[in-house]
Amino acid sequence: MFSRGRYGREELRVFSRGRYGREELRVFSRGRYGRDHCKEARLTQSADILLSVEGLSTRFFTDEGTSYAVEDVSFAIPRGRTVALVGESGCGKTVTSLSILRLIPDPPGRIVAGAVRLGPTDLLRLPEDEMRSVRGNHISMIFQEPMTSLNPVFTIGDQIIEAVVLHKKVGREEATKQTVAMLRKVGIPDPETRIREYPHQMSGGMRQRVMIAMALVCGPELVIADEPTTALDVTIQAQILDLLRSLQADIGMSILLITHDLGVVAEIASHVCVMYAGRIVEEADVQELFDNPLHPYTVGLFRSRPSLEHRGPLAAIPGTVPSPLAIPPGCPFHPRCPLSDGAKCVAERPPLKSYAAGHTAACWYAGRVAEMRTRGESPYK
Amino acid sequence: MIAPETRPKLDDVLLQVQDLKTHFPVKRGLLGRTVGHVKAVDGVSFTLRRGRTLGLVGESGCGKTTAGRTILRLIPATDGAVVFEGRNVFDVPPAALRQMRRHMQIIFQDPYGSLNPRMTVGGIIGEPLRVHGVARGRELEDRVAGLLEHVGLASAYRNRYPHEFSGGQRQRIGIARALALDPKFIVCDEPVSALDVSIQAQILNLLEGLQGELGLTYLFIAHDLAVVSHISDDVAVMYLGRIVEQSPAARLYANPLHPYTKCLMSAIPRARPAQAKQRIVPRGEVPSALNPPSGCPFHPRCPWAFERCPVEAPLLLPVKDEPDHVVSCHLYH
Repeated sequence: MFSRGRYGREELRVFSRGRYGREELRVFSRGRYGRDHCKEARLTQSADILLSVEGLSTRFFTDEGTSYAVEDVSFAIPRGRTVALVGESGCGKTVTSLSILRLIPDPPGRIVAGAVRLGPTDLLRLPEDEMRSVRGNHISMIFQEPMTSLNPVFTIGDQIIEAVVLHKKVGREEATKQTVAMLRKVGIPDPETRIREYPHQMSGGMRQRVMIAMALVCGPELVIADEPTTALDVTIQAQILDLLRSLQADIGMSILLITHDLGVVAEIASHVCVMYAGRIVEEADVQELFDNPLHPYTVGLFRSRPSLEHRGPLAAIPGTVPSPLAIPPGCPFHPRCPLSDGAKCVAERPPLKSYAAGHTAACWYAGRVAEMRTRGESPYK
Repeated sequence: MIAPETRPKLDDVLLQVQDLKTHFPVKRGLLGRTVGHVKAVDGVSFTLRRGRTLGLVGESGCGKTTAGRTILRLIPATDGAVVFEGRNVFDVPPAALRQMRRHMQIIFQDPYGSLNPRMTVGGIIGEPLRVHGVARGRELEDRVAGLLEHVGLASAYRNRYPHEFSGGQRQRIGIARALALDPKFIVCDEPVSALDVSIQAQILNLLEGLQGELGLTYLFIAHDLAVVSHISDDVAVMYLGRIVEQSPAARLYANPLHPYTKCLMSAIPRARPAQAKQRIVPRGEVPSALNPPSGCPFHPRCPWAFERCPVEAPLLLPVKDEPDHVVSCHLYH
């Protein structure tokens, strides 16, 4: 495949120099926009991995004690694909994404271990000024609340153009042209006029489109979307998900989707990592995870979701999500787990074990969950 | 308007809402002159039978929360009537209204903002009992302990403060407070939308359990169709201050008729990744309630709109062969 070999080498050269001049960037872009490799590529080939997180641990040292927000998290994001980090509030999914961008406030937070590899470069070891050009140029972010992440006193045009001038080192006129083109691409009608508007003059859905335009305008390879549709109404959510999907098919960027909503995952993710209490407890291809969840927590998440087809009482997971300040010993899910044996589960933390190709789960009884499913049973009543 | 033969027997009816309107004046300029009205609720009618749940669903700004609060007289109504057990809530004098409120309670969306952070949990749950002079001293303590256990919290929690609890536990406290006076009717205003999925299921199960046990009647307001369909017997879909379709829950989901309902249903994320799903996307965005479109309020966004739609406002009428399924759309009448 043409893109693989060449891509890897070009990337290596650019990164090893540690500069992102215009010349290199263009080389970079050409590979990225020539998109065929993304669809046909096999996920297992390491050259198709855009970014890999290895053994990441982030802690917050607070007055009340150490908060183990993210512990030993590893996953990889293939090019042109969408990986979802799913979990409930406090499970560490947002801290993971902020750690990738090195946006953890220090103090009290610190990334204590791990690596975040973009190509051959470990972002965690990059000097701050080089990291700054990685943000926006290579990795950008879409936040949950578009109102608080846009500056209310500047027009949306100013905010995007500024980013383009800064990152792409182009003149204002060229930057304006690119901004208008990008806004048109994300479905904002009449972008030449809309760039003179302020964020409050737009609806929530339009603001989220502006956020997406801002994230994509510098042509990043990875977009981190943190609950991109949570604040939106369901019809607008559908529009935004469609937009992300079509932009991905068009531009070929990878998406790291942070969400609590399994419905959103089913819509756009190709690969899923389920997080609980700061760790990945299950990881699989999206279809495999929905067909064959192995961790009791994942099973519980599915069962507690009301659906249009199924009525009757929901199988709620008892108890509450543990505080990252007091994560239970052994398997962190054991106090809420219907399969907990009260001995091994309490004493020993289950490692992530592989059960099928690309499907791992961290549970001593994952095999039993699978067995129960073949008998048509569920760990929950 | 529901056809006479399907109107439930009068003794069955707990609450009847008739042509309810809530308009908010919009003031501009130095003199604060009224320049228009936001018609948040604009002619809503429905009947709620004892022990049943009516789901009120719609997107933000459709007026569902305002409707719920107007029914409880927490917001003054502009027009219309709410008949609760045979009496019009809007005509009741203040002293009697207080008595009436014992039977009509509300559970709020935000479990963080709706509990006073300076009061203990026991104080919060016991306050309605004190205000209404229902219980004092030892008896009050016992009642509070009983309520806490009823909603699945330890009675020892009564001396703690709200900040010590998680979102789901706080919502349980809010439910205990609403139950304190043995109400007949509870407005549940987005009670689970601020909660995590696993906690949502717990609270939905709790609300359903309490309904069966205490014979409660719910008006369940939410934007999440899956949640509403799960808990409701009947579902009313609101758009720009009006009900556009109402039907028994199972039927509505099997056979949505109004174009807006179809759009809403098709926008729900699919349950499984490979599931085929046809999406009907409404054009544009929800128009302002300050200046609603003429005729059918949905016509500028409707994929099936025709000449009659911008001209004539459709009436909420029963569908042929389905007397308890009403829809306000020219396609069917």
